[in-house]
Amino acid sequence: MNWGSWAEFWAMGGYGFYVWGSYGVTAAAIAAEVWALARRTRRSREAAP
Amino acid sequence: MSSSVKWYWFASPQTFYPLAGRIALACAVGAAALAAAGLYVSFFVAPTDAQQGDAYRIIFIHVAAAWMSMFLYVVMAFWAAIGLAFNTRLSAMMASAIAPTGAMFTFVALWTGALWGRPTWGAYWVWDARLTSELILLFLYLGFMALQAAIDDRRRADRAGALLAIVGVVNVPIIYYSVQWWNTLHQGASVSLTRAPSMATTMLTGMLLMALAFWLYSIAAALVRVRCIIRERE
Repeated sequence: MNWGSWAEFWAMGGYGFYVWGSYGVTAAAIAAEVWALARRTRRSREAAP
Repeated sequence: MSSSVKWYWFASPQTFYPLAGRIALACAVGAAALAAAGLYVSFFVAPTDAQQGDAYRIIFIHVAAAWMSMFLYVVMAFWAAIGLAFNTRLSAMMASAIAPTGAMFTFVALWTGALWGRPTWGAYWVWDARLTSELILLFLYLGFMALQAAIDDRRRADRAGALLAIVGVVNVPIIYYSVQWWNTLHQGASVSLTRAPSMATTMLTGMLLMALAFWLYSIAAALVRVRCIIRERE
């Protein structure tokens, strides 16, 4: 186990901004694509049932 | 039904449609499970790096995304070329379905690379051969999508996009070998097929789990998108 507490986990040894900035934007990019795919699926189903 | 007949059977969009749905669901479930395992290893099993501290944990998604960005481009160009050569509808649809996912992973590779470079190199961005050729890859994906969107006639859009995709494939070996051909700030490969990886086993495990998760996610996303394209066009 690397972390003594949640505060240590979020701090990432002082690199929190870079680590969470990377993981956060990656998660957001994937979530945005999933959302866009869900919307396109719904619209194409409505147009051609 | 012999295997060769089956192959042609699934080349038709109508017969491929239900199969794509089942594969997409299985891959999405697998991607979620592997991502959970990969994140666990990346943050709780892999130790803090002696030189880079915890900033190196960005590498788990950076390398996986960079691999996918190059691999997806080759797959996209492959389907585009098949569609151009044999005039098969489904091949061109697959190429169009892969492009947005490839562009997304290229953006992620560039973004995470910048956030890793700042604490490690002292710069978010440098114009070295690896970073520049990866940026060109993003423009190739965006150019492919913009070109296809700009042409109303579907078949002409597929042909024009295929030409762009095939010409652009020359950029992929340039990205891959850029760290050997030029004196780049970006380091060489830590993982290769020909020699033992130059990194700790737990770190390698985390990276491979994330890469497999991204791989399955890409298959699921591309297949869901190709089902949309089939519904829109057929």
